[in-house]
Parts: sequence; structure tokens; C-alpha cells
Amino acid sequence: MSTTPPVPTTNPETEDTAPVKERKLTRLEKRAIATKGRLTSPWASLTAVILAILWTIPTVGLLVTSFRPEIDIRRSGWWTVIPGIFTGETEFTLDNYDQALYGSGTGLSEVFINTFVITIPAVIIPITVALLAAYGFAWIEFPGRNLLFVAVFALQVVPIQVTLVPLLTNYNNWGMAGSFWAVWLSHSIFALPLAVFLLHNFMKDIPRSLVEAARVDGAGHVKIFFRVLFPLLVPAIAAFGIFQFLWVWNDLLVGLTFAAPEYRPLTVAVAELAGTRGGDWHILTAGAFISMIVPLIVFLLLQRYFVRGMLAGAVKG
Amino acid sequence: MDWLLNPDTVTQKFVVMGVGIALFVAVMSLILFLVDRPKRIPSWVVAVGFVGPALLLIAYGLLRPGLETLYNSFFNRTTTEFVGLDNYVTMFTGAQFQKVLVVTAAWVVLAPLVSTFVGLVYAVLVDRARFEKVAKTLIFIPMAISMVGASIIWGFVYEFRPDQPGIEQIGLLNQLLVWLGLPPQQFLIGEPWNTGFLIVVMIWIQTGFAMTVLAAAIKAIPDDIVEAARLDGLHGMGMFRYITVPSIRPALVVVLTTIAMTTLKAFDIVRTMTGGQFGTQIIANEFYTQAFRQNNQGLAAALAVVLFILVVPIVAYNVRQMRRSEEIR
Repeated sequence: MSTTPPVPTTNPETEDTAPVKERKLTRLEKRAIATKGRLTSPWASLTAVILAILWTIPTVGLLVTSFRPEIDIRRSGWWTVIPGIFTGETEFTLDNYDQALYGSGTGLSEVFINTFVITIPAVIIPITVALLAAYGFAWIEFPGRNLLFVAVFALQVVPIQVTLVPLLTNYNNWGMAGSFWAVWLSHSIFALPLAVFLLHNFMKDIPRSLVEAARVDGAGHVKIFFRVLFPLLVPAIAAFGIFQFLWVWNDLLVGLTFAAPEYRPLTVAVAELAGTRGGDWHILTAGAFISMIVPLIVFLLLQRYFVRGMLAGAVKG
Repeated sequence: MDWLLNPDTVTQKFVVMGVGIALFVAVMSLILFLVDRPKRIPSWVVAVGFVGPALLLIAYGLLRPGLETLYNSFFNRTTTEFVGLDNYVTMFTGAQFQKVLVVTAAWVVLAPLVSTFVGLVYAVLVDRARFEKVAKTLIFIPMAISMVGASIIWGFVYEFRPDQPGIEQIGLLNQLLVWLGLPPQQFLIGEPWNTGFLIVVMIWIQTGFAMTVLAAAIKAIPDDIVEAARLDGLHGMGMFRYITVPSIRPALVVVLTTIAMTTLKAFDIVRTMTGGQFGTQIIANEFYTQAFRQNNQGLAAALAVVLFILVVPIVAYNVRQMRRSEEIR
């Protein structure tokens, strides 16, 4: 394997200083960790590094390729640029991106706008609707409350495939098939059960006394919701917001089914390219990266919130 | 007003987006304004204001279409004639469809098991290691990428060039084979291994999810348990086998079932990489083909219903495990 050279340099570092940072350890523990480290650490670090490399290399290959001239991509593998980097012989170019974004038959720049226009309302609408519903389920007494909540929870199970054909027939009858409105509505509906469930969980964790105190002061439900609960829920909203953003941006099925060709999102366009221009890796690599760049940035900047939302979703439901 | 439905220019698209959001905000404000009269209206009216919109949307967009699909699954391809269980019989007896079921089963078994295993190993390895954050991010990044993007990434890894002098491989995996002195392979065409190579993509995506959830569970193992085990002389593998794995059992179940559900419903990878050809078809993609390509609405509905039926026991098991682990706590 040509992919493992960095291993020897990382090994000793991990071994020496790894576990000692985060909390105070007793002398006994330190010794135990040291023993454990000496026994397993070299192999453990080696395995971890190999896994990390295996997981990263496919993406790196795509990224490097997207910047190479078309003729080079056809002739040789992306790894052949490595010696050239040091001698300055390797050529990089933005032509592929230019062609993918503005070329005839690809025109991803317009498709990029479509994805954006689809995503923003498809995040705002379900979160708002779900917040209100979660508040209702958590803090308003009404007959059949528990039954309805369980029903909403249970409907998370329904695969969206089950709903596609009847919904499409509906949209056709109303003359809104293929429009952004149909896509927004569908995305919002499909997000609701999970959103209501997650936000309800967060809302239940807020101390009852806070809500009661506001009620005694004469505040109505709307006021309590906006003044008392909303500020406390910002982290939860951020977590689900990022979750939903990535989901909608990366979705293929809903876009493919409900969006007309001129309003199709990036995923649909890129999947199409893979079918029609499967061998044109200069277009495909650049196109794929164009579709990935926004979720990557959002994800790397807001990873903490995303992980929190995912843990709440996974561990609770 | 036609441009509200069919915007042509970029500006119009953004205006439509603005109108959409504004309209939504206006409707929600109106509802809240109407129910915000403390004391004067009964509480169930207030409840309708808060819970109503969500319930209405769910009933319209999930419940009703779901029931309609169930109903349609007993009808012929144009949903004009009642055919009883014929669609289901076709699905479970036709040779072509039986194969689809077998391939789907391979996905649902392999993808969760392998990603959970690798995710667990990695979580244990990098726990409290020096570069823990970076190491986790590297594995987690595929979660942020669309399955379409992942399919392109891996399609390039699997790319095949005929084995002739003067032609170099441009796909990494085939180049590795050539370096090892082996002939290059058409990874996505040869049955049955091509399904395996597609499943690898799903594993690549889901391992990050498994790793994150399991790492959080490992961090939550009480220190005194770990300490006691160490005093009893447990190290490395022993610690992993007798302390770590039993302590995070509920999290393991959640991860396995969640990935199984995602895998069952996802059609993106198969559609983008092989289009379901070469014996790689799965239920989710077969549904799409029947519904929107073959226009066989009855069969498509039956496939969707089977998808639903397959998800239910996984979720039921998941919920039961969750209940049990909460009782222990």
C-alpha cells in the first residue's frame, strides 16, 4: 500500500500525550492508562489512521480531479499529480467548473439557484409548524392529546415512497405539479413527524415552573411561546434546522418526483449527468463538488449543533 | 400571476420564494392572532390553533396518501380494475422480483452490520486520543454529502479502463489491482459482487453516524465501572468485550436499526451508479421504476406497501429496546 507513510510520525505522539488532558486523573488511573497505552496504542493508532485515510481518499481523489485539465483526466489517474506538485509541473485549472456551471447542457449555476430556492422555505416552514405543534402537545391540555401525539410519532415510520403517487395526482389536479410550491409542501410534510417529536422532547425538558410563572402573570399561550420558550429553544431549533437543511439539499427522491425539469435541484441534475455523460469525469467531478460545497461548509461550521440534533433524534427515537 | 407558479428568471424565482415565505408567515400569524384571547375562548380552540396546522398537513400528506396507496395496491396497473392480491403474488413469485428481494436483504443486513462494526472500532480507537476531533470529522464528513455525490465519488474510484498497453487506469481501485499485478475489473457489472461494491458506498456514508452515536455512548460509561474493571486486570480487547460493548448495547441497537431503515428506503446509490441494471435492483428503486417509468401503479403501490411493512418490525424493535433501557435507568 502506498497510502500509509504518515503512520510512523503520528504514532509516538498519540502514545505519549493522548489521554491525560481532559479531566483530573488519579495516579492509579494514569498508570493504568499508561499500561494500556503501551500495550495497544501502536496498533490502535495504526488502525485508526488507516481507516481515516481510507475514508478520506475517495473525496480527495474527486476534489483533485475536478481541478485537472480534461485531457489529463482522461490520460492518467489523479494520484499522478503528486510528484508534479513538488516540481511545479502539475497543471490545475478552473475550466471544469466553468463548463459545469455555465456550459450548455449542464448549466449548474441555474440549478444551484433552484436548490437554494427549494431549501430555504423547506427548512423554515416545517420548523415553524412543528414548533407550534410541539408547544401544543407539551403545554396545552386538550382531549385526545396523548393519542394524537403517539399517532404523529408513529407516522415517522411511513416511507415517503408510499405517499408519492397520490400526492402527485393531487398536485396535478390543482395545477401546481412541478412548481416550487409542490416541492416545498412535500418537503414540509415529510419533515413534520420527526420535527414535532424532536422539538417536543426538547420542550418537555424546560422546567414547568417557568411556564407556570408566566401563566400566573397573565400571559397567554402565544406570549409564553414567544417570550419564555422560544429563546430557550434556539439550540434545538438550530440542531433540527441544520438537519433539515442537509436533508433537503441532499434529497433526490422528492426533487425527482415533484420538481419540473426547469426547477430541478442539484442532486437531480448531477444524477442526470452521471447517466448521460458517465465518462466525462471532468464535468462529473466538478458538478459533484458544486453540489457538495454548501452542505460541507454548513456542516463543518455547525458540526456541534448537527451532532446534538442527531444524537437527540437517534437516541430518543 | 402565472409567474408565481412558473417563474422564468432568477429574480422571479427569488421573488416566488419571498412570496411563499411571506404567505406562510401571514397565515401562521393570523392563526396565532385569532387564538390569542386568553380566558375568552376554550382551551381546545387554542390547541387547534397550535397543533392544527401540523395535524392537517400530516393527515393530508402522509395518512391519506398512505391509505390510498394501500388501496391501490389491490388494483391493476391503471388502478381501474380490482385484482386482489395479484400484485403481491407477482412480487413474491416472479423470478425477477425475488432477486430484487434477495438483493435488498443483502443491503439491509450488510450495510448496518459493517458500518456499525467499523464505527464502533473507530470510536473506541480515537476515544480520548490526541486528534480525536479531527479524526472524527474525517469519518463523519460523508454524512454531509448527498448520496448522489457519494455515488459519483465512488463511481470514480471504481472506474474501469480496458486492459491494453498505453491505457492507464484512472480509477484508484483498478490502479491498485494493476500495481498488484492483477487484471482490472468492471466492479459495477460483475454479479453478485457489484451489489457489494454498491453497499460499500452506503457503509462509507453511515459509518460516521454509527461512530458519532457510539462515541457519545462510550463517553457516558461511568468512570468507576471502567476503573473497577482495570483494577480487575482488564485491558484492551477484554475491556472492549466485557465492559464497552455491554454498556452501550442500547445505543448499538439504535444505530443498527436506524441504518437498516435508511438503507431500506434509499434508492439514490443504486439509481445513480447502475440504474438497477446488472442484477443490482432493490425494492426502493424498483418502486420508482414501476411508478414513474413503467407506469404500473398497482405494482408500484404494492412495492411501497411492502417497504412500509418491512420498516415496521425494525422500528418496533427499536422502540422496545428504548423502553427497556429507559426502565433500567
